[in-house]
Amino acid sequence: MIPAAFEYHAPASLADAVKLLGQHGDEAKILSGGQSLIPLMKLRLATPRHVVDINGIAGLDYLKEEDGVLRIGALVREADLEDSEFIRARYPLLHDTSRVVADPLVRNLATVCGNLAHADPANDHPAAMLALGAEVVATGPRGERRIAITSFFTGPFATALRGDEVLTEVRVPVPLPRSGGAYLKLERKVGDFATAAVAVQVALDPAGTCVHAGVGLTNAGTVPIKARRAEGFLRGKPLDDATVRRAGELAAEEADPVDDVRGSAAYKRDLVRVLTARALRLAAGRAGAGR
Amino acid sequence: MVPRTPPEVGGMGHSVKRKEDARFIRGKGTYVDDIQLPGMLYLDIVRSPLAHARITKIDTSKALAIPGVLAVITGADLAKYNLHWMPTLMSDTQMVLPVEKVMYQAQEVAAVLATDRYIAADGVDAVEVAYEPLPVVVDPIKALAPDAPVLRTDKTDKKDNHIWHWEWGDRAATDRAFAEADVTVRQDIYLPRIHVASIETCGCVAHFDRVADKLTVWMTTQAPHAIRTVFALVAGHVGLAEHKIRIISPDIGGGFGGKVPVYPGYVIAVAASVLTGKPVKWVEDRMENLQADSFARDYHMTCELAARKDGTLTALRIKTIADHGYADAAANPSKFPAGLFHICTGSYDFQAAHVEVDGVYTNKPPGGIAYRCSFRVTEAVHAIERMTDLMAHHLGMDPAEFRLKNFIRPEQFPYRSALGWEYDSGNYAAALRKAMDRIGYAELRREQAEKRQRGELMGIGISSFTEIVGAGPSKHFDILGLKMFDSAEIRVHPTGKVIARFGTRSQGQGHETTYAQIIAEELGIPVADIQVEEGDTDTAPYGLGTYASRSTPVAGAAGAMAARKIRDKARKIAAYLLEAAEDDLVWEPGRFSVAGAPHRFKTIQDIAFAAYTNHPQGMEAGLEAVSYYDPPNLTYPFGSYICVVDIDKGTGQVKVRRFVAVDDCGNIINPMIVEGQIHGGLTMGLAPALYEEIAYDENGNIQGGSFIDYLLPTAVETPRWETDKTTTPSPHHPLGAKGVGESATVGAPAAIANAVVDALWHLGVRHVDIPITPAKVWKLLREKGVSE
Amino acid sequence: MMRVQLTVNGERHEVEVEPRLLLVHLLRDVLRLTGTHIGCDTTHCGACTVLLEDRPVKSCTVFAVQANGKRLMTVEGLERNGTLHPIQEGFVQEHGLQCGYCTPGMMMTSYAFLKRTPNPSEDEIRHAISGNLCRCTGYVNIVKAVQYAAARLQEGGA
Ligand SMILES: Cc1cc2nc3c(=O)[nH]c(=O)nc-3n(C[C@H](O)[C@H](O)[C@H](O)COP(=O)(O)OP(=O)(O)OC[C@H]3O[C@@H](n4cnc5c(N)ncnc54)[C@H](O)[C@@H]3O)c2cc1C
Ligand code: FES
Ligand code: FES
Repeated sequence: MIPAAFEYHAPASLADAVKLLGQHGDEAKILSGGQSLIPLMKLRLATPRHVVDINGIAGLDYLKEEDGVLRIGALVREADLEDSEFIRARYPLLHDTSRVVADPLVRNLATVCGNLAHADPANDHPAAMLALGAEVVATGPRGERRIAITSFFTGPFATALRGDEVLTEVRVPVPLPRSGGAYLKLERKVGDFATAAVAVQVALDPAGTCVHAGVGLTNAGTVPIKARRAEGFLRGKPLDDATVRRAGELAAEEADPVDDVRGSAAYKRDLVRVLTARALRLAAGRAGAGR
Repeated sequence: MVPRTPPEVGGMGHSVKRKEDARFIRGKGTYVDDIQLPGMLYLDIVRSPLAHARITKIDTSKALAIPGVLAVITGADLAKYNLHWMPTLMSDTQMVLPVEKVMYQAQEVAAVLATDRYIAADGVDAVEVAYEPLPVVVDPIKALAPDAPVLRTDKTDKKDNHIWHWEWGDRAATDRAFAEADVTVRQDIYLPRIHVASIETCGCVAHFDRVADKLTVWMTTQAPHAIRTVFALVAGHVGLAEHKIRIISPDIGGGFGGKVPVYPGYVIAVAASVLTGKPVKWVEDRMENLQADSFARDYHMTCELAARKDGTLTALRIKTIADHGYADAAANPSKFPAGLFHICTGSYDFQAAHVEVDGVYTNKPPGGIAYRCSFRVTEAVHAIERMTDLMAHHLGMDPAEFRLKNFIRPEQFPYRSALGWEYDSGNYAAALRKAMDRIGYAELRREQAEKRQRGELMGIGISSFTEIVGAGPSKHFDILGLKMFDSAEIRVHPTGKVIARFGTRSQGQGHETTYAQIIAEELGIPVADIQVEEGDTDTAPYGLGTYASRSTPVAGAAGAMAARKIRDKARKIAAYLLEAAEDDLVWEPGRFSVAGAPHRFKTIQDIAFAAYTNHPQGMEAGLEAVSYYDPPNLTYPFGSYICVVDIDKGTGQVKVRRFVAVDDCGNIINPMIVEGQIHGGLTMGLAPALYEEIAYDENGNIQGGSFIDYLLPTAVETPRWETDKTTTPSPHHPLGAKGVGESATVGAPAAIANAVVDALWHLGVRHVDIPITPAKVWKLLREKGVSE
Repeated sequence: MMRVQLTVNGERHEVEVEPRLLLVHLLRDVLRLTGTHIGCDTTHCGACTVLLEDRPVKSCTVFAVQANGKRLMTVEGLERNGTLHPIQEGFVQEHGLQCGYCTPGMMMTSYAFLKRTPNPSEDEIRHAISGNLCRCTGYVNIVKAVQYAAARLQEGGA
């Protein structure tokens, strides 16, 4: 399995990268972690004429909380999240997610931003970012613009990014007090994409009532899904067993999966139900523990 | 067994560290793809996207226009030399490259020869092939329907897709036993297509030296000698004679049966080298490996058992449809097209049994080979162990008690089975009891009952299998007429150091160590002083190779027999040196001494030196021997496995919580290596039980043709195997050994499947075909109204 | 063609490569370090694992040009001055290999893992090596090999 020939560019600045993308248009592809792009190129399912490697651009590997947001730079790898004690303690949903993306070797290169930009409905971070209400930053010839994650995924493998834009940052709002999150994924084995997975993020008031809920679904449709009805249902309720079960049912109704080798649509829909309820219990427990 | 030799000698029973490891841990092994010769060319293959189609045009012009692409070889090119078809090991025929039509998805269509592997890949991309689709036959049962399209139109006399019918046993007696039975059970069981998927794929470097008129092929093969003979038979007419062919099987990155057959890529590479006079490398990639190389299993079985009310088994009947793909390219002994499937009466004492197997052609890759378990033994074990469980549950008996009641008893050995095998030795109850103790069977049953009250799903599964290995006695066993003996040649040099060569080929089993231990055991020469070589047809004696767990039983025995010949000669020399009568000499490992005078002795090293410097008049000098061992019988390893699973009601996921394996493979040469073989075998039992399958859609498109969907278990899915053993030596084997490479792969799937059914039996579930995926279990649970 | 400079096992190399050349082919076919293996096309098996700036990565899924100016380590770099690294010893002592094909990748992953996690649990080891497939050993002895190396390294073995 050998990729087709291409021209390689290693710009040293974001401006150069953007310029190269502008020059080569559809014939160019950004290379960040390369863990989706290179496999596709080896299978010749992707045959870009130009590859723009952004790994040489300094200052894109920051992971920091600032002004009420967690900023994840374009060159932050999955392993960086996984290895961060800070992320584990404060963003358990992100930590859970980073631990189940692919396998440990792939995670040493794969980037969080690449995971979003690739926009495979089976990628894990999109659902997590939907649940967290994140925002992404696109940098193009006219500078930066922010895109709400809810309007980022426009179709299977398609995003709101323009051809000459680099996704330079993901911005996750810092958690409210008494927050907890969880990501639960059913995979056939380690290294597999999700048969289905669910991301949830909740915040409770001191009495234990849910004041905020985010629910994202992986591989439950042709795009990552934000389960809005389940979210709406959860708000204002204590996260008791009946509530989380009902939320699971609602999320399952919002799922729109298809039959494939991983299982039937009915199976995946039911997994969404089961995993949503379980993730909510886990998240509520974590939120409570932080009280 | 207490070792008879001290650790410095390292004979049988010592966990000697492996000699081969020194190179592997330094990255200094030499696998086929590591070989690079000056001027070497690369071959890459164009494959069919369709499962059944007529080739209407192959346009090579774009490919040939790429600088560095030297040639595109098609079936028409090979047809000029009559090399476009080749025989399979089952005396069927298989295409090297097609002239007229393709018979399965991913079949070889043309080959590109280039100066570099990247350019060869570009060439493959640029070859344009036009196809006219033909009706696809995927289901072997439909393939037998009268109106099914006939696939093998190349065989002018063939009017259907039926390859052969084979049956064994006493049909009338079996029918009678079923008619008289108090209880019968019947179950359809499907064992899907799977693939050995050794981590190294297949490949070769073929080098035809025009000056020496000699072909050397470094090749991923488990059976170099047989391959050389096949090459000589296939290409003799174009001038390749057997003595002008040298097959070298270098380090092999796992074989498990997948490296026994001759694949078209090898033949094309050889042809390309002969035509160009240049070395040619062909190494398949993983997708080619999974999609086109020989598969295992694909057995559609209908199984029946008969018993008395009291739980005594009486008769067994199995009918099987064997899907062989478009050619029968299995690697079974000629007389047994369904391998040793008739071991399917297993560990139980049946009055009567009858089996029938029908081989069928479909539009799938050819094969029917091993998956670390040859000759259809897993199929047999899965059938009998699933059915035994089914009968036990049906009768309301504990599956362990039921087995204990029906086992062949120790005093019945040697035991002739209802299907005619003569089991050498066994003590089945001892193995099962040991496994039950080890896992805490009674306690687990209590836990299960409690959990069931709470609605939790837990199952306990047993498999008490009997294996059959060490093929085989030449009276009954041959492949393409080559008798299934194996060989060893031992040379003891003047300083007492040894070179030993064998006809087999290790693919990770550690022959360099275990064979040395056998010689150490027999001659008392330290393992460190013995160098074992295999895999080069120019130097090693002829042998049929390493598969079907036959290396220890057959080649290992040859090693022992050759060593004994050497010892006999050594005795003569010692008698001469000690001026004593041969009969007065006593052998203990490493020395002959005079009976009653232990201070008068000669070490084997003294004797070796004398064999070249001071041997008795009238005796030939030197100390070497060759042995071709023809086993008097097969060996019958056995064991009992118990497995505990927990099932997630919400997702259908099955988790193997514990797995205890008690194996009995007779006397053990190297306990460390045996344990390693069992760990590996168990993992290759787990894999098809829960994860692996190669399926096809109705158009013959492969599902699971890469590691994306062909799911090899990782360290996370694999449980921490718990192993133990009993020791029942083989009475007829020179070392009392039985062979162990495959037992675990054979025995484990049934234990896991039985555990899953055990967990679900109270819900009304009677059977689940492997692989038992979460999706399958979820469906069963929801059908039975169970949910989270 | 592009010029690439890189350091492999402490040795500097400068080579001309096609941009599409995969790192694994640079190592194996150009630098002739054949201890790094290839077992798949889809980034699943880990037979090709090498350290890129101390992190284990699948060298079949990195272009050689990406390694320009970088530091690499392969299985051939484990032994120092004729002394085996404890991870190598562990694989021999605990019978952590059979055919040896997955072994270099397994050892590189384990080597890097033990640097970060000197005292791992069995579960952590199993997760750490879950990007490396072995078809022969059933992993039990690989886990033991890593534990052996961890113990040796704790004693100050290397
Ligand atoms: C064996 C294996 C298993 C995997 N399993 C999973 C899994 O379970 N879950 C999962 O989520 N993923 C999985 N992946 C995918 C992996 O996580 C990918 O690496 C990830 O999705 C993409 O990140 P990357 O940095 O590697 O992107 P790349 O491969 O470099 O790029 C992917 C795509 O995104 C574009 N792109 C990348 N970065 C940017 C950017 N900053 N701005 C704009 N466009 C950009 C590229 O042009 C390309 O089209 C798996 C991959 C492999 C090889
Ligand atoms: S070769 Fe399989 S992951 Fe690299
Ligand atoms: S030792 Fe053979 S693949 Fe691991």
